[in-house]
Amino acid sequence: MKRLIAVVPLAFAVVLGAFFVWGLNPERDPSEIPSVLISQAAPEFDLPSVPGVDVPGLGRADLTDNPGPVVVNVFASWCVPCKAEHAVLTRFVERDGLRLFGINYKDEPEDAATWLSDLGNPYERIGSDLSGRAGIEWGISGVPETFIVGRDGTVLYRYVGPIVGEDAVKKFTTALAQAGALDRELGS
Amino acid sequence: MIRTLFLIIMLGLPGVANAVEPDEMLSDPNLEARAREISKELRCVVCQNQDIDSSNAGVARDLRLLVRERLVAGDSDTEVIDFVRARYGDFVLFKPPFKPQTYALWIAPFALPAAAFLIGGILLWRARRRPSVEALSEEEEALVAKVLARHGRGGGK
Repeated sequence: MKRLIAVVPLAFAVVLGAFFVWGLNPERDPSEIPSVLISQAAPEFDLPSVPGVDVPGLGRADLTDNPGPVVVNVFASWCVPCKAEHAVLTRFVERDGLRLFGINYKDEPEDAATWLSDLGNPYERIGSDLSGRAGIEWGISGVPETFIVGRDGTVLYRYVGPIVGEDAVKKFTTALAQAGALDRELGS
Repeated sequence: MIRTLFLIIMLGLPGVANAVEPDEMLSDPNLEARAREISKELRCVVCQNQDIDSSNAGVARDLRLLVRERLVAGDSDTEVIDFVRARYGDFVLFKPPFKPQTYALWIAPFALPAAAFLIGGILLWRARRRPSVEALSEEEEALVAKVLARHGRGGGK
């Protein structure tokens, strides 16, 4: 009994220490919002195309019965990080054969059209979400956000913020590979 | 006079600091009041320590409009909250629900002090029950007498 009591402070310190290691880990982002969509069916939405852009609109129906996983990217021409991310996404599409769909979030159609003609359009389909309502259905908190959707329309992965920089690209590439959305093998 | 006026204005300011724009409000004061109450329980996902009722963020405004839209459609308060919750998760609730993942959160504040009092109480009670000075046994008395007799009572040199 006495010996047991002697171990109590040590056990206490270990538990507290473990808690600190978890809580003070610089990698941990306490403001990160866990997505409820993961492993669930993509939300119901149906968006018209952006006037002036020659790709069709996007809806729930376009996310099912695809031959492989697809990526849904929420973007806007007013969003500066989206511009940086655009280059990364374009490279994924051109080099790796990624299928990319877009949700143009709360954007002026003319601005979006200009933006896409300036930078190029890697999107296969783009839905125009003027009201931001589809954004709510997807549970987004800002732009850009990127989702990987499985063949059956299940949301597999969510990336909040721009996929820019080595770490982010690596993380996203890994997620794509795990989902089987890449033509080639990892690491080339 | 000017000071009093200043004070009144300053004290009144927090009440005016309100994110709900007139064009968002519902014409039915009853529904609007319910919408305000619901909005106060929902967290803004952009500025995370504000409720959507007081946040100026775009998403907060969208959610306020959504709450009102659902209310007009005839949803109950719980249905509206569940609607938002289905999209953003428990995270948007300022009052986390009571379920296995949150047991520690809800129970710990009560369980920890209770445990502390229980353990402390038991220790104190046991300490009090055991007399700190025990009477000497007969053998010990005899030994003490012998030692005292040998060295002389009163501590001789």
